[in-house]
Amino acid sequence: MTQTSVRSFPSSKDITRVTLSNGITVLARSNFNSPSVIFNGFLPAGGLFDPDKKLGLADFTASAMMRGTANYSFQQIYEAMESVGANLGISGGTHTTSFHGRSLVEDLDMLLHLIADILRTPSFPPEQVERLRAQLLTGLAIRSQDTNEMASMAFDQVVYAGHPYSRPEDGFIETVQAIEREDLIAFHARHFGPKGLVIAFAGAIEPAAAVDKVTEVLGDWQNPDQPEPPELPPVVALKHPVVKKVSIAGKSQADIIVGAAGPSRSNPDYLAASLGNNILGQFGMMGRIGDVVRERSGLAYYAESSLGGGIGPGPWYVSAGANPANVDRIVELIHQEITRFVSEPVSEEELADSQANYIGRLPLSLESNAGVTAALINLQRYERDLDYFLHFPDLVRAVTREEILETARRYLVPEGLGTAIAGP
Amino acid sequence: MQTPLTKIYLANGLLVLLKEIHTSPLISHWVWYRVGSRDEIPGKTGISHWVEHMQFKGTPQFPPSSLDKAISRDGGFWNAFTYLDWTTYFETMPADKIDLALRLEADRMVNSLFAPDEVASERTVIISERQGNENEPLFKLGEGIQAAAFRVHPYHHEVIGDLVDLQSIQRNDLYNHYRTFYVPSNAVLTVAGDFESEAMLERIRELFEHLPSGERSSKVIRPEPLQNGERRISVEGPGDTTYIQVTHHAPSASHPDFFPMTVLDSLLTGPSNLNMFGGGISNKTSRLYQALVDEELAVSVFGGIQATIDPFMHSITVIAHPERQNEEIISALERQIQDLQNSPPSIEELKRAVKQARALFAYGSESITNQAFWLGFAEMFATYDWFTSYLDNLAAVTPDDVQRVAQNYLRPNNRVLGIYVPTGNDQVPNAEG
Repeated sequence: MTQTSVRSFPSSKDITRVTLSNGITVLARSNFNSPSVIFNGFLPAGGLFDPDKKLGLADFTASAMMRGTANYSFQQIYEAMESVGANLGISGGTHTTSFHGRSLVEDLDMLLHLIADILRTPSFPPEQVERLRAQLLTGLAIRSQDTNEMASMAFDQVVYAGHPYSRPEDGFIETVQAIEREDLIAFHARHFGPKGLVIAFAGAIEPAAAVDKVTEVLGDWQNPDQPEPPELPPVVALKHPVVKKVSIAGKSQADIIVGAAGPSRSNPDYLAASLGNNILGQFGMMGRIGDVVRERSGLAYYAESSLGGGIGPGPWYVSAGANPANVDRIVELIHQEITRFVSEPVSEEELADSQANYIGRLPLSLESNAGVTAALINLQRYERDLDYFLHFPDLVRAVTREEILETARRYLVPEGLGTAIAGP
Repeated sequence: MQTPLTKIYLANGLLVLLKEIHTSPLISHWVWYRVGSRDEIPGKTGISHWVEHMQFKGTPQFPPSSLDKAISRDGGFWNAFTYLDWTTYFETMPADKIDLALRLEADRMVNSLFAPDEVASERTVIISERQGNENEPLFKLGEGIQAAAFRVHPYHHEVIGDLVDLQSIQRNDLYNHYRTFYVPSNAVLTVAGDFESEAMLERIRELFEHLPSGERSSKVIRPEPLQNGERRISVEGPGDTTYIQVTHHAPSASHPDFFPMTVLDSLLTGPSNLNMFGGGISNKTSRLYQALVDEELAVSVFGGIQATIDPFMHSITVIAHPERQNEEIISALERQIQDLQNSPPSIEELKRAVKQARALFAYGSESITNQAFWLGFAEMFATYDWFTSYLDNLAAVTPDDVQRVAQNYLRPNNRVLGIYVPTGNDQVPNAEG
């Protein structure tokens, strides 16, 4: 058996990173074991720029860009891709718009040509915009029936009241109805450009060839109007617990979310919070939360915790699905576990287990081309050096029980937790 | 760097398949049992899935929850699935840690406790799992369609089981089910990844070969009689969105018609993808997307055919456009089926379907977990050769084959059509509430 060693992880030895003259950053790492190639990318055009009355604009724009360009119709774009089993997608997020592509290596040139055309010259055909709008509105109607999504929205409204993170990226029915084709054109013209654009490749391609190909299709792109990403206001912590309930008639199960705003990825607290979160609600069968709510009480099929920090302070929360009769009991158990988590340090064994888990699972997360491009994108997004994965085991081992406790106390203040429940 | 497959029966009947892949320092280990909802009778529906849950509840050697922790500690990833025809357990681990996975699967093949208090607490967990499913319109619709499609065959019920059975199944029912089906001669063990086959086989022999053989399940399953006439069902539930499912009885995976049906499915709703890991591609140039979504009759359409031991269903799912009537959507869909029945597709369309399948195979092959999955999955309804010859079999499909299976299987009298009828967002009576 091959020894599991940090030497096989992506590092400055085998990652190429080049910044083109127009500001585009290209990362690439070869893997000739598979005949396919993946690329993943993003640029700073997210829902943060959406006006309240046109919430969902960045998301709508991203989806509409696939619907036709100056050179290709909707039909031609998908015909080119699907006829060779390739995939291409673009989607709006809070801070950024992301795109991805995947194909057999023989079809990569075609795919890059297409994504460049989509990024640079989308034509927003009126008929396609209206067709897409109907699809988005149906998506919102389905969302309104989804207990998980409705609990998540209610939670964001409670925990991020007054903050941009309180707004759903896909908007509301009335805001999506208010978006006009001209808004899409204007959003694209202003926010899409090479500045801040990152694209990462993994697969059967030499890194230099990836850089050349990107230079060829995007190297001469300019957009002097691209604004700086907006500053995020601070999150104001709740001073007392707030509970929000959403009633959705006819459902069999309720979804519960309890938590607060957590640290961003670049915050020095992040790794301690992440290991703490693993202990709280992920390790083994959903950590301490899974043990109490599912294993010992049999109250729920899923009960776990999550840490959502990214560019900004995403949420740190516990969630569970519950029979309506058990909701109060589960909320009580979750509060008990969070209180314990911020009252006493985790045990030495718990910390050692989670540290081993974080270090041990790295090869698995970097196994596929998709895993490698996601890792390369995160290196760039969170401004880490290329040897981050080589240092990662040491960083993990350096986290202490006291740090986890202090970090938990900073974020999961029991008297400042938000709770959202959506169900019958 | 791939070596030929090792495929061998141990003395106790356990079938072992090994495939060396030295691209990552990982090994994926799966144990498959030939038992699923197909082996269940009314009163005991959902028992196979419940047994799967109990397999995580401890043995004398590995007490409850110690397994989860042991796997996580080593950086592993594990899960289990229960399906119509089979139940499977897998662990993907750093290569130097795989021994734990081998030991725990050998142990829980025979030594699981099924402690009464664990059975009681898992009962409510599984009922909660079912209630989570019931929140989804497509679960409710699918359950209704299966029940309408299979009057005789046990594909009649959902894998999760009927609520009434989840309330009444007892510890001894579960334990007997476990003892009957969890035996070496009814199991397949597959390993893919970074190991030497000879050493791996030796270790597997040490751990598994002494276990008592048991018997391979040979239950006679009552075949579903030919359907004579279209069946229509409707399921009402909350919401504003209508879902339409058009399903037809389809060939089993080992039937020669399975491959033309797969091509037919690709043409109608986009490339079929049987990978468990690896992802798929979009379907916006498929015939039904163009006829329904581009024409603003629907906002989404997708479909698929499942690889099963006995004939199951080919399904087409449509999310209706809010301003359209169900009958106009169904008529447009039927016209597309009739087109394929009336005239064979072009050679180019077939070549395209094969290229799509080739790309999906390449994506799936990146994951060692997915490779080990296929070693066992194919053995559940055919043999591993089924997988290795899959692309050749697709390439051999002719336009006339596709036309013929469209005529034979997508007939109205072989159809079950289900509609999820949304009753709005007002308070609706909840029978179980």
